[in-house]
Amino acid sequence: MVASSLKLQELIQEIREAKTQAQEREVIQKECAHIRASFRDGDPLHSHRQLAKLLYAHMLGYPAHFGQMECLKLIASPRFTDKRVGYLGAMLLLDERQDAHLLITNSIKNDLSQGIEAVQGLALCTLSAMGSAEMCRDLAPEVEKLLLQPSAYVRKKAVLTAVHMIRKVPELSDTFLPPCAQLLHERHHGVLLGTVTLITELCERSPAALKHFRKVVPQLVHTLRTLVMTGCSTEHSVSGVSDPFLQVQILRLLRILGRNHEESSETMNDLLAQVATNTDASRNAGSAVLFETVLTIMDIRSAAGLRVLAVNILGRFLLNSDRNIRYVALTSLLKLVQSDHSAVQRHRPTVVECLQEPDASLSRRALELSLALVNSSNVRTMTQELQGFLESCPPDLRADCASGILLAAERFAPTKRWHIDTILRVLTTAGTYVRDDAVANLIQLIGGAQELHAYSVRRLYSALAEDISQQPLVQVAAWCIGEYGDLLLEGTCEETEPLQVEEDMVLTLLERVLQSHMSLPATRGYALTALMKLSTRLHGDNNRICQVMSIYGSCQDVELQQRAVEYNALFRKYDHLRAAVLEKMPLVERGGPQVNEEAKESKEVAQLSEAAPVPTETQASKLLDLLDLLDGPSENAQHPPPLDPTPGDTLIHLLDLPCAPLPSAPIPNLKVYEREGLQLTLSFVRPPGTPTLLLITVTATNTSGGDVTHFICQVAVPKSFQLQLQAPSGDTVPAQGGLPMTQLLRILNPNKAPLRLKLRLTYDHFGQSVQEIFEVNNLPVETWQ
Amino acid sequence: LSKYYEHVEINKCRLLETEVIKSCLSRSNEQCSFIDYKDFKLIYQQYAAVFIVVGVNDTENEMAIYKFIHNFVEVLDDSFSRVSELDIMFNLDKVHIILDEMALSGCIMETNWARILVPLQILDKMLDS
Repeated sequence: MVASSLKLQELIQEIREAKTQAQEREVIQKECAHIRASFRDGDPLHSHRQLAKLLYAHMLGYPAHFGQMECLKLIASPRFTDKRVGYLGAMLLLDERQDAHLLITNSIKNDLSQGIEAVQGLALCTLSAMGSAEMCRDLAPEVEKLLLQPSAYVRKKAVLTAVHMIRKVPELSDTFLPPCAQLLHERHHGVLLGTVTLITELCERSPAALKHFRKVVPQLVHTLRTLVMTGCSTEHSVSGVSDPFLQVQILRLLRILGRNHEESSETMNDLLAQVATNTDASRNAGSAVLFETVLTIMDIRSAAGLRVLAVNILGRFLLNSDRNIRYVALTSLLKLVQSDHSAVQRHRPTVVECLQEPDASLSRRALELSLALVNSSNVRTMTQELQGFLESCPPDLRADCASGILLAAERFAPTKRWHIDTILRVLTTAGTYVRDDAVANLIQLIGGAQELHAYSVRRLYSALAEDISQQPLVQVAAWCIGEYGDLLLEGTCEETEPLQVEEDMVLTLLERVLQSHMSLPATRGYALTALMKLSTRLHGDNNRICQVMSIYGSCQDVELQQRAVEYNALFRKYDHLRAAVLEKMPLVERGGPQVNEEAKESKEVAQLSEAAPVPTETQASKLLDLLDLLDGPSENAQHPPPLDPTPGDTLIHLLDLPCAPLPSAPIPNLKVYEREGLQLTLSFVRPPGTPTLLLITVTATNTSGGDVTHFICQVAVPKSFQLQLQAPSGDTVPAQGGLPMTQLLRILNPNKAPLRLKLRLTYDHFGQSVQEIFEVNNLPVETWQ
Repeated sequence: LSKYYEHVEINKCRLLETEVIKSCLSRSNEQCSFIDYKDFKLIYQQYAAVFIVVGVNDTENEMAIYKFIHNFVEVLDDSFSRVSELDIMFNLDKVHIILDEMALSGCIMETNWARILVPLQILDKMLDS
C-alpha cells in the first residue's frame, strides 16, 4: 500500500515545525522510508515529487544516495518536469566517483540532439557541472554542433560547457578552437561573455592558442571601446556602467594576450587609458572595472605614463571609504611595490593611515606594504609610525611588526644611536614577540659602538629598573650591565640625564632578576655571569656577590649550578686570575652564534650561549605530607624519593612542559589569608601557548614586628587537576615588610573545571607555631576557563 | 544551498561548508567582505538573514564577484518579489534554476534579468498545464 505522499511544501512545513533535532530526524526518516518504498514500487506520476523531497533532505545533510537510480529514470522520462528534477538530482547526488554517472551519458546525448531548447539547456548544465572525462570525450561532438545553433540560449550554455570540457580533457581544445573566431562576432552579450571565457581558458592552457588569438586583439579592443563609449544600454548595465562583467572578462583576456608581447600591448594602450578615465569609480561596478584595468596595465608592457595612471587609481581607491575597495587596493599595491617603487611611495601617508584599521586582514596588508615602503629617507618617520602601531596591534601581527621594524632599522639606520634606541623601544613594547637572534644582534651592535657604551648601559639600566618581565630586554640589559658596569657608576653621560646609580642598587637589581619567577633559565644565566663580571668592575667589596654565588651553588638547575660553582672556585682558589678572566669582551664577529669568554685555565668556564631556554627546573618540593584534602589523594605533585609516595596515583611528569615566558595576563590578584600581619596573596598567569596551564605565584608578606620562620605552604587541588609545586624562595618571611617569600604553583586543568584550592600553612610566629588550613573558592573565572 | 563547480568529495563538502560558515559568521560589520581561506578567497555578503558566499581562486577579480552576488540577489528579488530566506527554502529548485542560468561551470554566463527569468517562466507554465 502506498502511503499518501506529501507535497514538497508540506514536507518543508513539517520539518520547520519540528522543535528539536530528534523530531526533525524522525520526520525525515519517515519520509525517506516512504520515498524508498515509492521508488521500489515505481510510481511514475509522483516520482518527481519524491525526488524533490529527497533532494531537500539531502540539502539538510541526510544521506540520499538511494535516489541515484531514480534520477536516471527521471532523466529518461519524456516529461519536462521529470527531467528537470532528475537533472538537478544528478548534479547534486552524482559525481565522478559514483559508478552510476556514466549511465547518464546516453540520456544526455539523446537530449542534446533533440530540438527543444529547454531540454538541451538542462542537459548542458548538468554536463558542465558533473561531467567526467569520459563523458566529455563522448559528448564533445554534440556540444560542438550546438555551438552553432541558432538559439542564443543554447549557444551560451554550450560555450561554457565547452570550457568545462577543456578543463577536464585538454585535448579537446583543438575541437573548440575554430568556432571561437566566429563566435566573437556575436551581439548577444551572454554568448560573448561565454566566448571570451572560452578563449581565456584556451589561451591559458596552450601557447599555440595564445598566438592564434593574438590576431583578435583589435577586435576585442573594438568591442570594449563600443561598450565603454556607448551610453548604457539598459539591458546589461549595472548602476551606470554598461555590462561590467563583460568588460572585466575582456580586460582579463587582453591581459593574457598582451603579456610579454609588445605589439598587442601597444594596441591596447589607448583603450586602457580611455577605460581608466571614462569609468565612473564612485560605484562598485565602476571600481571593479577599474581594478581589472589596473591589473591589466600592470601585466602587459605598457607605457610608463599608463603605469603611473594605474598607481594613481589605486591611490584613489585607498582613500575610498568602502573597506572592500581599500582591501583590493592594498593587495595590488603590494604586488606593485617591487616594480614601481617610486610611484607607490607617493601614497605612503595613506597606507600608513590604513594601519589603524580595525579589520585584521586590512591592517595586515597595510603592515606589509608599509614595511616594503621603508627606505633611507623616510625611515625615521616610518619607524615612528610602526612603533605606534606595534603598541596597539593585535598579538598575531606583533611578531611580524617587530621583526619588520628591526629589519628596517638594520638596513636603513641613520646612526648607531638611533638604531640602538629603536631596538630598545621595540624590546620594551613587544619584547616577547621578537625573534631569538634579536638579542644577539643587539649585543653585537652595542659591543661595536664603543662611544655609545655609556649611553646604552644607562638606558638599559633604567628600562630594566622599570620592568623585568620582558625576557630579551632583561637578557641584553644584564649583559650590558655586566660588561660596562663601571661606566654605569662613574660620572654622567652627556646624552642622557644624570643618573645616580649606587653599586648596591645595581646588585639588587640583578638579584631581583635572578630571583624573579618570570625569568627564564637563560636569563638567570645572563644575570649570574653579569654579577660575576661586576665583581671586578665595581670597587666595593665582593661579599654580596660571593654570597649569591654560594647560594646558587646548590641550585637545582644544572646550568646555573655549574656556573655558580665555577665562579665560586674563581673567588676562592683562583682569585688572582679573576680579573683577567673577566676582562671586557672583544668584539663579536657577526654571524657567530657562540660567544666565548676567554678561558685561561684548563678549567672550563661557562659558555655564554644564546641558546633557547633550558628545560624546566626539576621539581624541588619539600616534604609534602599528603593530607586527605578535597577529594582524597587527588593531586599528582612529585616528592623526593625517600618520602611517602602518593598512595596509588601515577606520577605524571610535568617536566616536559616548557617554561613559557609569561606575558601580561591581567587576572587580578587575590588575597587569601591574613593573620597578625602575615598576608598571603595569589597572583595568576595564564600563558597563551598552553590553554590548560595556570601558574600561580603565592606571595607571603609580613608587616608585623616579628619574623615568620619555618614557613611551609602546601596546596591541594580537586581530582581532575594536576599540580606541581616548585621550590619556595625561602622559608623565612622577615618582619617589617622585608623580602616576601614566593612560591610558584603550576596547575594543569585539562577539563577546564572550576578551580578550588585548599591551602595548609605551618609556621612559627612570635614564638608560637601556627597551623592553618583553609579553602580558596572564590578564584576569578579567568583562571580556569 | 550550495553549488560546487569543481569536484569535491561529498563528505568533504559538509566539512568545507561548516568551516566557511563559521568564518563568515564570526566577522563583524566593520570588516571587509573578502576572506582568505586555505588557498582560495571567499567573498561574502550578508542580506538580513541570508549569507551568500562565493569561493574563488586567486585569479578572479574580487570586486566583480561582489557585484555578481549583488546581481544574483537582485534577480532573486525580482522573481520572488522581495525575497526572504523563507522564499529560498520553500523554492529550492527555483533558486537552483536561477543560479544555473547565471553561472555555468564556474563562470558568469548571463547577467541580464529578463533573459534569466525567461526559462523560469516557461517552467512555471509547464507545471501549471
